[in-house]
Amino acid sequence: MKLAIVKYNAGNIQSVLYALERIGMEAAVTDDHRVLSEADKVIFPGVGEASTAMQYLAERGLDTLLKNLTQPVLGICLGMQLMCNHSEENDTDCLGIFDTRVKRFTVDLKIPQIGWNSIEQTRGPLFEGIPAGAYTYFVHSYYAELCSETAAVTHYGAPFSSALQKNNFYGVQFHPEKSAAIGEQILRNFIRIK
Amino acid sequence: MLTKRIIPCLDIKDGRTVKGINFENIRDAGDPVELGAFYAEQGADELVFLDITATVEKRKTLSELVNKISHRINIPFTVGGGISSIEDVSVLLQNGADKISVNTAAFKNPALIAGLAREFGSQCVVLAIDTKQEADGEWYVYLNGGRTKTDMRCEDWARQAVDLGAGEILLTSMNHDGTKQGFALDITEKLATGLPVPVIASGGGGTMPHFVEVFTKGKADAALAASIFHFKEIAIPDLKQFLRDAGIEVRH
Repeated sequence: MKLAIVKYNAGNIQSVLYALERIGMEAAVTDDHRVLSEADKVIFPGVGEASTAMQYLAERGLDTLLKNLTQPVLGICLGMQLMCNHSEENDTDCLGIFDTRVKRFTVDLKIPQIGWNSIEQTRGPLFEGIPAGAYTYFVHSYYAELCSETAAVTHYGAPFSSALQKNNFYGVQFHPEKSAAIGEQILRNFIRIK
Repeated sequence: MLTKRIIPCLDIKDGRTVKGINFENIRDAGDPVELGAFYAEQGADELVFLDITATVEKRKTLSELVNKISHRINIPFTVGGGISSIEDVSVLLQNGADKISVNTAAFKNPALIAGLAREFGSQCVVLAIDTKQEADGEWYVYLNGGRTKTDMRCEDWARQAVDLGAGEILLTSMNHDGTKQGFALDITEKLATGLPVPVIASGGGGTMPHFVEVFTKGKADAALAASIFHFKEIAIPDLKQFLRDAGIEVRH
């Protein structure tokens, strides 16, 4: 099993690497097109700002590469948001893999949402064996709207897509790498996807 | 629903946990990595590691320790103590810390908060405030681990820090810290309802009802405690059950 983590100008990449280590997996952290294309699975993590991240990806041709991958791809947090059509964060056009938009939480909420929130209405192989209402760890100020590709729903002020899935593309708004045993199970589930 | 968080705090000196910790089921309770992993397994929602090492040359020990913690622990953690520059923070985040907390250095140089928020995002910038209610009834900011009084009102400083980009406030009441008589509900409630960021209440938690109170009356988003967990006066699974029974949503 060759696992690759997309290396770009976003934080939190080490945490994903360490979480994979804890479940006995090794991964290459790389921006090398060939390594990413040939990996069995690709993880696209990240904590950061949308427009600078998209610009960085575009400068290296990683935007085109990512949306054309055919193996299972898992976007985490900012990674997932960048896989959507557009983000309100600095009015950024994103990769357009998921047919939904990323918006900022309304001002009457505490922003960012920080902490453990439950995931409901989960579907797909990522959530096999995960009990309904399981808690995962979130840190974010922007969220993906509900859409036909929503694979999990979480409420913060209003319901939003805490996971998305379309064909070989998976995205989670929460941080499986920081979500204790539930998060580890979700990472294991991703690794098992054929 | 977003849950209320329970956060054990571990004081670190020269790479070891301090305060007389007594856990027979941990191989080495003086090892912050072992103790942190124990709390994570017990259901702690986050951890705070506060470095009280006095000397600058020991800082490297801290980044090595943070790296070990992030390899081992599967929940988020914050690192604080003596952080005064963007470079300090960069090293800690690169080694796997999820958030950092700043206190005295940020008060003396508020631009540090703006710089950190710009560089790394507000979500990883926790402002720690040590505050004390004086005879005039006002809550004032104290620095240097509570040794130095300032004329700044706690609420004013918290508001200013949030405007600069602090993403969370860790509020310690010096009047309550160590008393086990309950958290400072009034100032916690003022900040938690008045500020657009989460507030972590610290100082005074001695019984399980104190935690219920700090979430219901104090409106805190999270509660932090040290010795009651270290001395096993309260076990985290029991506390979570107690909170659930009181109708407070917590992770289980």
